[in-house]
Amino acid sequence: MNKVIALVSGILFGYGLALSGMLSPSKVVGFLDLTGNWDPSLAFVMGGGLMVTVIAFHFLLKRPHPLFGDKFYLPTRKDIDKRLVIGSALFGLGWAIGGLCPGPALSSLAYASPKIAVFCVAMVVGIFIGKKVFPASAS
Amino acid sequence: MENFTPYLSLAGGLIIGISATILLTGGRIAGISGILGGLVPPVVSDLGWRVLFVLGLIGGAVLFPISGGDISYININPYNWSDNEHYIAMIIGGLLVGLGTNIGAGCTSGHGICGLGRLSARSLVATITFMVVAVITVFIIRTFLGA
Repeated sequence: MNKVIALVSGILFGYGLALSGMLSPSKVVGFLDLTGNWDPSLAFVMGGGLMVTVIAFHFLLKRPHPLFGDKFYLPTRKDIDKRLVIGSALFGLGWAIGGLCPGPALSSLAYASPKIAVFCVAMVVGIFIGKKVFPASAS
Repeated sequence: MENFTPYLSLAGGLIIGISATILLTGGRIAGISGILGGLVPPVVSDLGWRVLFVLGLIGGAVLFPISGGDISYININPYNWSDNEHYIAMIIGGLLVGLGTNIGAGCTSGHGICGLGRLSARSLVATITFMVVAVITVFIIRTFLGA
């Protein structure tokens, strides 16, 4: 993996998150608060992201290998299983409680808030527990 | 809807999509939980690009106000919890986000932006699931626990 690509992609991703409003848990919760004072802004973040990826991925993935790499590292599973649904549900629960998903949580470390740091440490512990206690079968 | 920011959010989303596209030119999917997951023990072998991506993620947020972006909109305490309550919420929320994205193999970026971008049925199911659960959770917190 080309390290320059990773760094440039990371910087753009963090900048995009800050510009989009995703770094504010209050804005995220405002989007999820359908029955309250609903703020639909974040639908535009996903819409904007998908406008690019749906088209660009279609052409990039037609190639036998990436433009700047030896192979594609893509998820191989196609089945809808319990892990996918239960894991996603737990994630949705935590996302609503903290107002942060993994990208914005890490990106917000830029603004040196102790509560964000606590969230990120807890998130890493959660991943560790997932790996140790609920390892995926080798399928 | 006084906080509605369709143009900024659309622009941010387009940049996120471009970022994911650039990473895919190197063969990798921009799923943040997966990229971070590889750095959590037991670690995978390809640490370098993951560390650089995460550092870039933080660096992009540093660059935003420097380039004139307004970060005064950020409010990390949406339910107006007390400090103690909020710390507990951040610990519970963080644990669930880490555990859930690890078990469910992705988050808003991996499933929501990249997986849907690949027209993956698994990612569609994951995205609908976490969206619906999050909406219900906010409703319950707003109704019974918070402001």
